[in-house]
Amino acid sequence: MKLSPKTATLLVLVLLIALSPLLFPSGYYYRVGALIFVNAIAVTGIVILTGYAGQISLGHAGFAGIGAYACALAPVHLGLHPGLAMVLGAVISGLMAFLVGRPILRLKGYYLGVATLGFGILISMVLNNERQLTGGPDGMEVPDLGLRGLLKDAGLDLTNGQFWYWFCGIAVIIGAWLALNLFNSPSGRALRALHGSEVAARTVGVDVTRLKLQAFVISAVYASVSGSLLALQNKFITPDVAGFMHSIEMVTMAVLGGVGSVLGAIFGAAVLTLLPQVLTVFAEYEQMVLGLVMMLVMIFLPQGLLPSILRRFRRGDE
Amino acid sequence: MKTTLITTAVAICIAGAASAEIRIGASVSATGPAAFLGDPEAKTLEMLVEAANANGGINGEEIALVLYDDGGDPNKARTFATRLIEDDEVVAIIGGSTTGTSMSILSVAEDNEIPFISLAGAIEIIDPVKPFTFKTPHTDRMACQKIFEDMQKQGITQIGMISGTDGFGASMQAQCKEVVGEYGITVVADETYNPTDADMTTQLTKIRNTDGVQAVLNPGFGQGPSIVTRNYKQLAVDLPLYQSHGVASDGFIELAGADAAEGVRLPGTALLIAGLLADDDPQKPLVEAYKTAFEEKTGTSVGTFGGYANDAFLILTDAITRAGEADPTAIRDAIEATEGLAGTTGIYSMNAEDHLGLDLSAFRMLEIKGGEWTLIE
Repeated sequence: MKLSPKTATLLVLVLLIALSPLLFPSGYYYRVGALIFVNAIAVTGIVILTGYAGQISLGHAGFAGIGAYACALAPVHLGLHPGLAMVLGAVISGLMAFLVGRPILRLKGYYLGVATLGFGILISMVLNNERQLTGGPDGMEVPDLGLRGLLKDAGLDLTNGQFWYWFCGIAVIIGAWLALNLFNSPSGRALRALHGSEVAARTVGVDVTRLKLQAFVISAVYASVSGSLLALQNKFITPDVAGFMHSIEMVTMAVLGGVGSVLGAIFGAAVLTLLPQVLTVFAEYEQMVLGLVMMLVMIFLPQGLLPSILRRFRRGDE
Repeated sequence: MKTTLITTAVAICIAGAASAEIRIGASVSATGPAAFLGDPEAKTLEMLVEAANANGGINGEEIALVLYDDGGDPNKARTFATRLIEDDEVVAIIGGSTTGTSMSILSVAEDNEIPFISLAGAIEIIDPVKPFTFKTPHTDRMACQKIFEDMQKQGITQIGMISGTDGFGASMQAQCKEVVGEYGITVVADETYNPTDADMTTQLTKIRNTDGVQAVLNPGFGQGPSIVTRNYKQLAVDLPLYQSHGVASDGFIELAGADAAEGVRLPGTALLIAGLLADDDPQKPLVEAYKTAFEEKTGTSVGTFGGYANDAFLILTDAITRAGEADPTAIRDAIEATEGLAGTTGIYSMNAEDHLGLDLSAFRMLEIKGGEWTLIE
């Protein structure tokens, strides 16, 4: 039986998420797993924007910030349920991406990078300085999602770590499924054509402007949901979530794992989330080792970890 | 498959060690933007654990310190707190150099009922009181009160404020404005600067030109207050300048220059003026012991922040000794019963409503004269 790449990817993902807990020696690993998933969702968005459409963003943490603070602010000020606040955050992020994206997606290369960077920094500054609303750099508390309590009443008693592991795991699968569907749709093919050559895509009748904007909005929603999940899970949020470093982290994870493939990017998220935890042994050298790993990958596996490894395997088969 | 392999490898790498000793966890910001807080804290904790073990540990049991560097990132701090509790199986946690990291750690500690002693300033950490969370640094509000007390004595009724927009500056600015009224003082000029600004003459000129300003208060830490102090001198503003406890270290005098810092007043701890303490001062032996040990070990001068970690460790070891067992709940009860324990920051007496246990007497009003700290009381 020959599986389609999409089914195969989803199957691998589901199995990994479902079976990994069998190997967890303590509750702490659920927490690390959940963090990997939160990052993986944001990185899947980057795959759509950068891997499919070939556009770069250095400000996606701004959208994560919007998603995170929506979950902190909407329940307090609007009386919304935190779950609905997540949806509200996604809608605001999408709208914001639409408004910001229209002018800045006309830019290319470095200029687009710098413009998105500016957007991210702007959001981060607002969160830092609007103290009376956001609590400033000290951050603010986020209300409980309440779902864990409901599950408990229904007879399913999960620890906090376990709950977020499964909740975010399911979110990753849904996110990946949507992204893979897009990849195979006419829009996805048009996006990839755009990535190959914008001029060529335009000559064959692809509405380049609209498609780029679409990809930007979709990836912003992914980042926003990732921010919301982080906020709800940590029950406390600071403006760091919208910080420049977080934006860079997202792009690095995607590029390291392989920006063209959903599974590769998720793999990149896993590696970069795990490494700092493993490297605590080296404490002082953590940053150096991290930098070294990334340089080596970029030099020897320029397509990203997963695609390069897979290709080597396939070559071995022949 | 690859991920599974890696997960397994990781699992083997970091599997917890045997727990025949008392395991204490710590997550501080030893690197990153808050490293000036976390670095002396980490060094202090390592030094104290070493010294305690050389003296036979607590109740005859050795102490094992599990120390992580969260880099000032609240998300990392939460992960490390989870790791300390679930994987390293510690009986108590010290840490949280910043308010953000402390707030992240405390929710994990409360969920798992593990005592947590925070090293950050904000009042939110212990107000409202949470059963398992304690802290050692005095709050920003107390620093404000101490400063306003001194202003009141000088007959000052109208002041200008220039505050940093970083976490510390912004929090203290808000706290000061909340209590300023109780001292019959009004804030007639209120300016801010970004922590990375290189010049504050514009804001200071504005304050100087405001009618009726009798003194200037600068809540902030890092390099900002040094620049404010230098600009203040350059503009020859002839009004008393008050700094916050955030810059209570020798580094501040060096950065601002002894000339510009002349006459600056600020609330500091006994640690800064170890040599000036009266012989019968209950904090004296302890402050001197810590100062000597730290300076010998690291070759750098002591600061308030390392002192916070010193006090947290003291409170914890004192509690474990009294509890007689290293059980988290027993330790928590013992910490809450801390009574008259002298630390470098002040004398701690905790109870069910007060998980800080310090009063205004913990602060000493200091003035810089000839590049040295002097005590005014």
